[in-house]
Amino acid sequence: MKILVGYKRVVDYNVRIQVKPDGTGVVTDGVKLSANPFDDIALEEALRLREKGVAEEVVVVGIGPADLTAHLRNGLAMGANRAIHVVTADAVQPLTAARVFQKLIDKEQPGLVILGKQAIDDDANQTGQMLAALWDRPQATFASKVEIANGKATVTREVDAGLETIEAELPAVITTDLRLNEPRFIKLPDIMKAKSKPIDTIEFASLGVDAHDQLKTTHYAAPAKRSKGVMVKDAAELVAALKQKGLL
Amino acid sequence: MSKILVIAEHLGGKLNSSTARAVSAAAAVKPEAIDVLVLADNVDAIAADAAKIEGVSRVLTVARAENAHPLAAVLAPQIAKAAAGYTHVFVPSTTFGKDVAPRVAALLGVAQVSDVMSVEGSHTFKRPIYAGNAIITVEADAAHAVVATIRTASWSAAGNGASSASIEALSLDVTLPTHTRFVELKQGKSDRPDLQSASKVVSGGRGVGSKENFEIIYKFADKIGAAVGASRAAVDAGYVPNEMQVGQTGKIIAPELYMAIGISGAIQHLTGIKDAGTIVAINKDGEAPIFEVADIGLVGDLFKLIPELEQALG
Repeated sequence: MKILVGYKRVVDYNVRIQVKPDGTGVVTDGVKLSANPFDDIALEEALRLREKGVAEEVVVVGIGPADLTAHLRNGLAMGANRAIHVVTADAVQPLTAARVFQKLIDKEQPGLVILGKQAIDDDANQTGQMLAALWDRPQATFASKVEIANGKATVTREVDAGLETIEAELPAVITTDLRLNEPRFIKLPDIMKAKSKPIDTIEFASLGVDAHDQLKTTHYAAPAKRSKGVMVKDAAELVAALKQKGLL
Repeated sequence: MSKILVIAEHLGGKLNSSTARAVSAAAAVKPEAIDVLVLADNVDAIAADAAKIEGVSRVLTVARAENAHPLAAVLAPQIAKAAAGYTHVFVPSTTFGKDVAPRVAALLGVAQVSDVMSVEGSHTFKRPIYAGNAIITVEADAAHAVVATIRTASWSAAGNGASSASIEALSLDVTLPTHTRFVELKQGKSDRPDLQSASKVVSGGRGVGSKENFEIIYKFADKIGAAVGASRAAVDAGYVPNEMQVGQTGKIIAPELYMAIGISGAIQHLTGIKDAGTIVAINKDGEAPIFEVADIGLVGDLFKLIPELEQALG
């Protein structure tokens, strides 16, 4: 079985993002970029399935500008067999990304596609579900445990009510939650090895994907700030303050 | 004029309050009609509750055995079919809505607006990105239906109206897939208030130290009638189950009172509590970032302070 893994590059999760004063975007110049944390988890899960003998090949997919290659090399260093780079200078929204994956699926015929449940830049949480719809295959979102056997995935999902388990016939789309696994660290020799692994480059325009119907972002703003609070010195003072506000 | 279809979220035969919050967002569009769609195996009790919500024009029901559990692959084709004639489809941005709505959007071939915080116009919305560190205004294409998830913490639940809306059974000619099956749902048993809708929430973090120590949080929460939440660190450490996680990737809540105990306040946690009325922080580290957003802060050892708080409460 082949597994396709979505591997998006985002502003690092430790960066405190700043909105540009003119409201046209967020400051990304000179800001540290990293793999979307959920995508690292997706890649780790795919690698573990390969190590268990469930899958033979793990392919990381990135959609972005020419310099995305270095990021994809990290995915290869982590252990992916090869990478596909869909080259575009334009920002790609979830429906467009799902359509790109659909095109790649037609070509690659994977048994499983694993994506992060959301990217921590746009926080959309849509691509996996949209892909599953376009592909007309099962989706198992927010996965915290995955078992593959007998042509189906048994997936435990983190839902608001608790832990839900579903069965999905393969091929299927799985999106990862934080507790699915802990991604491995990349070791130096693996970085060397990754240099000889193949990256297929595909021009976005050559895929024939419709991207005209994206949402238009007209303004960026900083969130409303909470005003600075007060410090109390002990438990009694805290209880008194809350009682005064009518909260206790 | 707009016509909005709100998808009801329910569990165990009961309507979830997230539905009434999505109705509030729908009302902000000032539509000519708001219909609520109930997909379930037994629809009657859920539909009756939905019909009471103020502003709802009609409740549409689809009772099918396949709808016993909220499987996105099963629900989405029915919702997409029912959406014909509507300008908007709104779904609460809970794990239910996040799972099903994008599948509906893709079936309809439209982009989705996630986590709507405010309605600026019939096709213009505000939503958070970067864990709430930026708020963007987005415009959806007016030529197509808008599929959106509603950030429940940004909207109060619409109350009950003076009269009930009509309830109509809908028959949809849709073939449902059998490739996805429900196995089980493991729910934490709790008599405490529901975390997502509680007016008071007490949360514990890594500072609590262990699963056993978390008893002190539960006990204090029970004393003031609060729901119990936790930071990601506390869930990752196994102190409490996942459904208690508050934050960017857990639950986004807006209680009147939020008490963060032994929580340092990572940005991913703060995004889940920004809309709380009053935030109280108790932490032994006076430099912890939680104090930057707290309305009332108290520095000290939680194991000493919580018993003192209980005593002060009498």
